[in-house]
Amino acid sequence: MNKVLMSGNFIICEAAIRAGCRFYAGYPITPQNEIPEYMAEHIRKVEGGVFIQSESEIAAINMIAGASAAGLRVMTSSSSPGISLKQEGISSMAACELPGVIVNIMRGGPGLGNIRPSQGDYFQATRGGGHGDYRTIVLAPATGQELADLTMAAFDLADKYRNPAMILADGMMGQMMEPVIFKKPKPRQYNEKFMLRGAGKGKSKFIRGLLLDPIDSEEHNWKLARKYEVITKNEPLHEEYKMDDAQMVIVAYGTAARIAKGAIKRLREQGMKVGLFRPITLWPFPEQQLRSLSSKIKHFLVFEMSTGQMLEDVRLALQGYADIKFHGRPGGAVPTPAELANVIARVYERTINN
Amino acid sequence: MAKTVYQRPKSLKEAIFHYCPGCGHSIAHRIVAEVIDELDIRGITIGVPPAGCAVLAYNYFDVDMIEAPHGRGPAMASAIKRALPDRVVFSYQGDGDLAAIGIAESFHAANRGENITIIFINNAVYGMTGGQMAPTTMLEQKTTTSPLGRNKKLDGYPVKVSEIFSQLRGVTYLERCMVNSPANVNKTKKAIKKAFQCQIDGHGFSLIEILSPCPTNWKMSAVNSCKWIDEVMSKEFPPGVFKDNIYAATKTAEVDS
Repeated sequence: MNKVLMSGNFIICEAAIRAGCRFYAGYPITPQNEIPEYMAEHIRKVEGGVFIQSESEIAAINMIAGASAAGLRVMTSSSSPGISLKQEGISSMAACELPGVIVNIMRGGPGLGNIRPSQGDYFQATRGGGHGDYRTIVLAPATGQELADLTMAAFDLADKYRNPAMILADGMMGQMMEPVIFKKPKPRQYNEKFMLRGAGKGKSKFIRGLLLDPIDSEEHNWKLARKYEVITKNEPLHEEYKMDDAQMVIVAYGTAARIAKGAIKRLREQGMKVGLFRPITLWPFPEQQLRSLSSKIKHFLVFEMSTGQMLEDVRLALQGYADIKFHGRPGGAVPTPAELANVIARVYERTINN
Repeated sequence: MAKTVYQRPKSLKEAIFHYCPGCGHSIAHRIVAEVIDELDIRGITIGVPPAGCAVLAYNYFDVDMIEAPHGRGPAMASAIKRALPDRVVFSYQGDGDLAAIGIAESFHAANRGENITIIFINNAVYGMTGGQMAPTTMLEQKTTTSPLGRNKKLDGYPVKVSEIFSQLRGVTYLERCMVNSPANVNKTKKAIKKAFQCQIDGHGFSLIEILSPCPTNWKMSAVNSCKWIDEVMSKEFPPGVFKDNIYAATKTAEVDS
């Protein structure tokens, strides 16, 4: 497979189609408009491929729920305010155990915010976002290559656990062009018994989220919880960068992690022993993997393009075993690596060199 | 040998309806099931029940069904039909589901000309939640959220779904019926059959609006509820065929092929 240069939003689409996505519904919102535009052109070229420009985000998420029930691989995409609208359907898909991929190209918030890259939707993504006891699998790519690989992985994970999976990126990831190699996707494994395609001569089936009997509903919730436990145990992914001799660890994901890498390179040149822990799955959060670092490293700095959301997961993971500092740039502000390096250097001077 | 003249349609499960005495839902369920039997489409039919009194429709219809969040039935049904074009897909919706929270999904499914059928139960009230004002509540009608009667200045006017939707070019067949007398039930069944046939033939979007009694929330006897449909409701919502482009669609199909 050749290396090609593509913008992030296009990479997601191409990876999705190659992974067998045959149904896309979406509504325009910046900075992810290239996704519905690419899908409108390319998914229809594939046999059985369906594109619908929906009347709303709410319709889009319910369309992919319907097509997922019918047995197709499905995807929708949006940016922050639109993802808020989709929460009804995401909760419903989790309840009905319907697989599907939701892409959030985050922008500044809250409210309409702005169209600049941001990471303010971490809580919404990782806590479920909609109502009820459920979780969404959340993958946070940081490179063009990861946009491709994790989009394909999101379809596999969604099918494997019959649960919605989210690609959580931001306007920077979506708009930036990078080289990418599309790997061969794994063949789809999804049991036909979960599909709703007409009863034929057999027994009819139904898919529902409403369970009026509280004991039935409780059991369904525990069943989902047991599934989430398996995901939490088996699926966390993270990357470590320059961690061998690190005395301070930056914890950052997505675009923030890219900026952190740039900052760390600078700091290393100045002799500061700083490394990076980058969660790739945000839910499940690589909690054990982060905690295991605290036996030898005592200084952590969380950097997010928000006022501090993943920070809570880092605190839960480290359980008071290490000192945690935070630096944030919310609302669509994106620092340069040099700026972040200055912030880290100041903290480093005060803690490690003191 | 006795001749069987009346029996449970095969597309209905052996279950007792939970609907209140005198409610129109059980009649509507039954005639939809009879039509599915008569068209021999049980095995290829997928239904989408709403949030509302009919939320448990999957306990009664013996066809594949998927429950939609409130109002989203037509979005789901559109997608299922696009995914599986040779299946027969219908959504079953109440007035709150179709004309309030799901007006956008219903309107745009109709406007796209999705080849699906909507069975729309208009009983002028939110039934399941206990009789609140619906978009189709009559002016002056008392409900739990219009205790002094629906006031046009405060609450607006009854939404005429059939009149509005018939203006959309994506709609092929649209009829408003009633289930308040045996003759009207027969008429309604014919309309439903025509709508399903329209879909099977690939002619596009069909919607059957059914004026349906809700004695419990109207606080009337079953008999008076049927009378009220004749005397009050059908004056605001006159029955009839609002759109029939089936013939034109047939001609277009011939030209295309």
